[in-house]
Amino acid sequence: MSELTMVQAVNDGLKSIMREDDTVLLMGEDVGPKGGVFLATEGLTAEFGEERCFDTPLSEDGIVGVGIGLALNGMKPVCEIQFQDFIFPAFDQIVSEAAKMRYRSGGQYTVPMVVRTPYGGGIRGGLYHSQSGEAYFAHTPGLKVVIPSTPYDAKGLLISSILDPDPVLFMEPKALYRAFREEVPEGVYTVDLSTVREVVPGDAAVIYCWGAMVPVATEAARRIKETRQQDVRVVDLRTLMPLDEDAVLQAARECGRVVVLQEAPRFCGYASEISALLAEHAVESLEAPVRRVTGFDTPFPNTLENYYLPDARRVMDAVEQVLDF
Amino acid sequence: MSDTLQILDPSGKKVGAAPRLKADTLLRMFRAMVRTRAFDERCMKLQRTGRIGFSIPNRGIEAVSVGSAAALDIAQDWVAPHYRDFGIMLYHGVEAEAMMDNMYGNAADGSVGRQMPVHFSFREPLRYLSISSPLGTQIPQAVGVGMAMKGRGEDGVCLTTFGDGSTNTLGFHSGMNFAGVFGAPVIFLCQNNGWAISCPVEKQTASEGFAVKGEAYGIPGVKVDGNDVLAVYRAVSEAVKRARAGEGPTLIEAVTFRMGGHSTSDDPSKYVEASEFKEWEQRCPLKRFRTWLIHEGKLSEEQAMAMEAEADAEMLAASRVAAAKPKPALETIFNDVFETMPKHLRTQADWCIGHYSSRGEGVDEKGEFPL
Ligand SMILES: Cc1ncc(C[n+]2csc(CCOP(=O)(O)OP(=O)(O)O)c2C)c(N)n1
Ligand SMILES: [Mg+2]
Repeated sequence: MSELTMVQAVNDGLKSIMREDDTVLLMGEDVGPKGGVFLATEGLTAEFGEERCFDTPLSEDGIVGVGIGLALNGMKPVCEIQFQDFIFPAFDQIVSEAAKMRYRSGGQYTVPMVVRTPYGGGIRGGLYHSQSGEAYFAHTPGLKVVIPSTPYDAKGLLISSILDPDPVLFMEPKALYRAFREEVPEGVYTVDLSTVREVVPGDAAVIYCWGAMVPVATEAARRIKETRQQDVRVVDLRTLMPLDEDAVLQAARECGRVVVLQEAPRFCGYASEISALLAEHAVESLEAPVRRVTGFDTPFPNTLENYYLPDARRVMDAVEQVLDF
Repeated sequence: MSDTLQILDPSGKKVGAAPRLKADTLLRMFRAMVRTRAFDERCMKLQRTGRIGFSIPNRGIEAVSVGSAAALDIAQDWVAPHYRDFGIMLYHGVEAEAMMDNMYGNAADGSVGRQMPVHFSFREPLRYLSISSPLGTQIPQAVGVGMAMKGRGEDGVCLTTFGDGSTNTLGFHSGMNFAGVFGAPVIFLCQNNGWAISCPVEKQTASEGFAVKGEAYGIPGVKVDGNDVLAVYRAVSEAVKRARAGEGPTLIEAVTFRMGGHSTSDDPSKYVEASEFKEWEQRCPLKRFRTWLIHEGKLSEEQAMAMEAEADAEMLAASRVAAAKPKPALETIFNDVFETMPKHLRTQADWCIGHYSSRGEGVDEKGEFPL
């Protein structure tokens, strides 16, 4: 066991699985000798050589398209897209190709590939180094979408994603890359895809969240406990597709009051899907309307980013509204 | 660099036919290069001392920016730039203060503090298209801008600039192809500075440089010494002349070197040999032009030194003025999404303004670009 940050845990996860499975390859812009712009792949070219951890030309379309080809032919590529904001040249390869290969070939061809990409705000990155595009991808049948919020989960979920037989978009909340350390076991371990994680117990209300919003929800729950002595549950969804619907519904039934928190824009966001699920299947247990706390329906601003991003206070206000409904 | 157009060699000696330029134009070019260096150095200092979040070093590429800028007629021409081109704006009269407004992301910034530093947007005094982070996206847009001018029978051209790494994007290839097919009045200027962050040119392309990439698109390709401002000027003005005459696009590769990190967040010592920086320092575009101007009697040593001191003072003053300006108002998060704000956004804006003016709790203002 050692205490690792999330970005170190990602690095450790990659290293651990590469030592055991020589079909795992890493590719992307600056992932080689530089070790990636966030240092997620630091030291991996030195250990595994340029054949297994290599820089590519500056082409996301190429990175993912070539990754699909490698996956089709026996390898387990892990493609890095430097920022999720730059994934869109590869949208076609991800959405039209990787996600549909199994279906359109009747299972004859499959794409066991992972696309890793840092996403989200909190670094003064403005319009194009801050976006949270999970909804575009979770909307795509055939693609799994995973977002860790802790170092332990980052490593375990990443290894599960690499071993998964289907394409996985692995979105890393860059705001949490170095936010805190946690004990992370050595070697290979997995965390099941399609399970949620209860972060804070409670039954007065539940906050569903993922990625960089998990610590925000946790802080809001702490402050509610302090000011109102009420226990608000925090649930980290962590695998957006496939979602553990049963766990989501059960928490809503047990708590009866729900807030869904995301940093992405509101309209057609992933929080809308959770709200719809609850409206369809848990409405009889709800004692207040479901409230969403989200980014605004605007591009991501720079100077005012901390007014765009939901913070603990915004979440507390919403929780108090459902508690007092 | 035998197939490379060069007019001044690294020592400042004339080795090719110099373009006929008036003395005041030459001095304006020199001054813009000096100011580009000064703006860059000021921004590096501001970033290192935590006053701004980010910058993109422009050291070493002053000749590419200024040489190409000087070939344009901004009364009619457009620029679709990438981020490493301070000199184009400074040559054409964008105030250093307006650029500093962007570096600080204040209320006076052309993008109203919405974009990161170095992502400029200017309509006046030149049409300098709003810079996007996603690389290569401006290239096909430049072709459309050019086609519109051509379609209306105007003489304007569009200069689009991009890095060596960006020739791998979809935008480069579709832009080049469309320009070739439609004979668009566009100058594609590839700033080959040797690196795309940590990725050297050899890892980006197996072809012999970038100028040859025009051939397959039916576009003439020209390679020029990017540290020689006269050579860059000559190559771009010839391409502009062709474009105005209806002879279509040109691809220009300006060979230069990034004399620093990719950005203020990058440490180039991890992947660039120190000897390489030393070698390229010998080819400094400023020193070379300065030496030649002095040799030709168009500039004196004292004049040059005065210009340099003046530029440093100008940039310091501009940064102080920009630093003192207010942040954008909360309302600016919501404007300019559409021309008319839809109802749902109005509701969100009202909520946001109400929330932050009444919540009686500050906002965590931290946040820095860690990359
Ligand atoms: C589509 C896209 N992919 C990746 C990036 C991240 N990125 C920013 S700059 C850069 C390297 C650019 O190299 P080059 O085009 O040579 O320009 P230079 O920085 O050398 O001027 C990369 C990979 C981006 N901005 N856009
Ligand atoms: Mg470059």
